[in-house]
Amino acid sequence: MERLRAVEREGLKTNLPAFTPGDTVRVMVRVREGDKERLQAFEGVCIGRRGAGINTTFTVRKISAGVGVERIFPLHSPAIAEIALVRKGRVRRAKLYFLRRLAGKAARIREKRGVVVPETEHPPA
Amino acid sequence: MNALIGRKLGMARLFNEEGAHVPVTVIEVGPCPIVQVTAGAEGAGTMVQIGFGAKKPTRASKALLGHVKRAGLEVVPQVLRTFPVAAVTDGGAAPAPTPGEAVTVAIFKTGDVVKVTGVTKGRGFQGVVHRHHFGGGPETHGNTRHRKPGSIAPGTDPSRIIKGKRMPGHMGARRFTELGLKVVRVDAERNLLFLRGAVPGPMNGLVTVRKQGGRSRHD
Repeated sequence: MERLRAVEREGLKTNLPAFTPGDTVRVMVRVREGDKERLQAFEGVCIGRRGAGINTTFTVRKISAGVGVERIFPLHSPAIAEIALVRKGRVRRAKLYFLRRLAGKAARIREKRGVVVPETEHPPA
Repeated sequence: MNALIGRKLGMARLFNEEGAHVPVTVIEVGPCPIVQVTAGAEGAGTMVQIGFGAKKPTRASKALLGHVKRAGLEVVPQVLRTFPVAAVTDGGAAPAPTPGEAVTVAIFKTGDVVKVTGVTKGRGFQGVVHRHHFGGGPETHGNTRHRKPGSIAPGTDPSRIIKGKRMPGHMGARRFTELGLKVVRVDAERNLLFLRGAVPGPMNGLVTVRKQGGRSRHD
């Protein structure tokens, strides 16, 4: 078992920011169009994380053109070029599924004070 | 050599270049010492016996000790298996197998297609729904044939049940070969083989991995 987990650990990323549900994140996704590759940003609120080790995934929710959009990303996938922490949110639960039935002002998340959001360089999206 | 004995470590997840996840089985294969080389049937090349693992000398029979000693091995293998090796036809490029030499995972390379033989997990005595994928009956509406097989034969004629009728019984714990598995990665340093998909048997179960031609089942 340990030898198997050791194999999986090789695929883990080490440069990930510490983000938790409630935080606003910008995920840079590698998109392949024909033989060209570009980065596409997906920015929204992380509403949950699940799994452990290489199986970790997280869900990001944003409102796009008035419609709620959620994407589930594998945390350690090479398709994710970068995850930038935009804003720390103050929430009291691990899964923020209640945001789905809230909209507008009600769907706001209070900002966590006293947390320095590290400035990160963003490649042009 | 085109076959090796190994131990299934279990399943894991890798990512490919596109970032999609690939389910893999990790198998510790070899190094397998060649124990004996005998001539096969006419025109069939040679039969090569290889070993895997280690067994305490006190646990081995004297016959086995002598057999292993003749190959010049220090360690008594836990298992011995014999595989046919086709006669060299490409101008003698491949070296002839010699007893005492070890075959390693390096005989495989990424992209190879292999078949894996093992003993499946034992399921015990199972009914026809689990064992033969029978549909079963409705759970409600007054029905009582929930998971029973139902009628198993006609009546007075022929007054017997045809042979091979699928019925409840022992399931699993039998030899099974999974065909067309693709080699995703070869780790020669740690003797690990990464195959896409599942292979028969439990974690730490013994398996044999053989090369095969043709397409992968995952293409």
